[in-house]
Amino acid sequence: MTQLHQLARLIRSKNAGPFELTIDVMFADEASYRRVVDAGVLDAERIAALYRVDPADVRLFRADVALAVKVSLPRPTPSGSPTDTDIFGGQFHSPIVCLEVP
Amino acid sequence: MIKAVAATGQLGTGFKAETLAHAAEGADFIGCDAGSSDPGPYYLGSGETQSSDAAVRRDLELMIAAGLRHDIPVLIGSAGTAGAGPHLARTVRIVRELAAEHGWHFPLATVDSEVSAERVVRAYREGRLSPLAGAPDLDEESIRAAGHIVAMQGPECFADALGRGAQVVVAGRTSDTAIFAALPMLRDIPPGVAFHAAKILECGAASVVERKYPDSMVAFLDPDGFTVEPPNPDMVCTPQSVASHTFYETADPFRLVEPGGTLVTTDAAYAAVSDRAVRVTGSTFEPTGDYTVKLEAASLLGYRTVVFAGVRDPLVVRQIDRFVATTNAVITGKVADSLGISAADYRIRWNVYGRNGTLGPLEPATEVSGHEVALLIDIVAADQQTAQAIGSVAWHTALHQPIPEYSGLVSHLAFPVSPPAISAGPVYGFSLNHVLHLDDPAETYTLTVESV
Repeated sequence: MTQLHQLARLIRSKNAGPFELTIDVMFADEASYRRVVDAGVLDAERIAALYRVDPADVRLFRADVALAVKVSLPRPTPSGSPTDTDIFGGQFHSPIVCLEVP
Repeated sequence: MIKAVAATGQLGTGFKAETLAHAAEGADFIGCDAGSSDPGPYYLGSGETQSSDAAVRRDLELMIAAGLRHDIPVLIGSAGTAGAGPHLARTVRIVRELAAEHGWHFPLATVDSEVSAERVVRAYREGRLSPLAGAPDLDEESIRAAGHIVAMQGPECFADALGRGAQVVVAGRTSDTAIFAALPMLRDIPPGVAFHAAKILECGAASVVERKYPDSMVAFLDPDGFTVEPPNPDMVCTPQSVASHTFYETADPFRLVEPGGTLVTTDAAYAAVSDRAVRVTGSTFEPTGDYTVKLEAASLLGYRTVVFAGVRDPLVVRQIDRFVATTNAVITGKVADSLGISAADYRIRWNVYGRNGTLGPLEPATEVSGHEVALLIDIVAADQQTAQAIGSVAWHTALHQPIPEYSGLVSHLAFPVSPPAISAGPVYGFSLNHVLHLDDPAETYTLTVESV
């Protein structure tokens, strides 16, 4: 079974301001990008379950020009709050790195 | 055509001196973003800066020297990390010191974009604040509790400063793009082109294929589009690297909200014009009738003491969750008994690295698979002395906390530093994520122009 990181050239997360997170999955070639997009690997339900947010709060974007998929969602807790574990939000992409791609 | 130069992605993080010198040839201005909310609420709340004065001075010295040599403006936004009054003052002081040292003379503009709590309370009462996604609940008390409140300015403050003849502009909190969009728009570059180029420029060399170190970036703007080309010959941009950077740290990759409207990149086209330069066309700007500035604020929440320790004994590692829970209960009891402090009056959290320290409750792995874990015991109390007192109880209790498998006195925690309880100072939290509706873009900044 193929995992997402085997198809992507970059999987990263970052704050989009202190209250939101954004995850970028970027591909080096059209075929890998299409395969992940067509398989629906990154859907709102799955992201919502992994990140424990309401699916209605998950925003998905496809950018054909950059061969990239973007997922934006509320931060688990605001950046730098007493319960935050990742000020820049740079490791929050980790739960999707090994997602299986059919 | 306008040649825009970004010295680097964040003032104080450096660039190659020869790259900037080369980039500045024939340029119309040099800009640099100096801040972000990314490193957390501490800098805004405390007035401290992320980069040292020495690092900021090094970058500013080269930038201003290049600006004076070519007689072009040098524009700095979000001075001193968070762009509040103390950050602005610190950056301006460095500029003045450099001018005195080198015998430089130029018109210096400062743009103060800190707003008073009373001003924000008034806006709150008038219904002029609107929450953004995830905004904390707001009342007058929480507004007044903020250490500093800044209003993120658009390009108008830079345009205003340039119109008053400034050669060096140091601004408090501005949008990242404002720094690079202002001058091109003054020279009739359409806002769709100016803001998209600005979004690429504000991170310096981040839009190259592989940014091995921070460095400068160049864009050539004309009314139909812009061409981005790294001035460092060792770096290259591709259509994909530039398109990808448009999406960096922005929730919506196609709509970038600015104070006076929205940059729309849905129909942007990215084309290689050489093996290292990319032409971008097709972005548009949708003006909104309503001019808004984003407000940022940080409030003091308490004072922090942290304890860091390694645990290597496999009998402790394999029961780390139970060990933490048991130890925490003992600590809470001891703090109440010996210090007379109720658990309601402080926070204690345990980040267990090797278990779920990075992701916390979102960690999908259920088992510790490594041979050691690290514990970060994070204590926040009303004052530093109290946090330290609780920290001392915490580490000493955890150190000798028994486990059922052993009898006799144990020492389970390996502290790499002395003292084990580290005083980490004040703790702040972001307390605003709202926009303020203005009648006039100039309402929330104060421009001062002086000769240095």
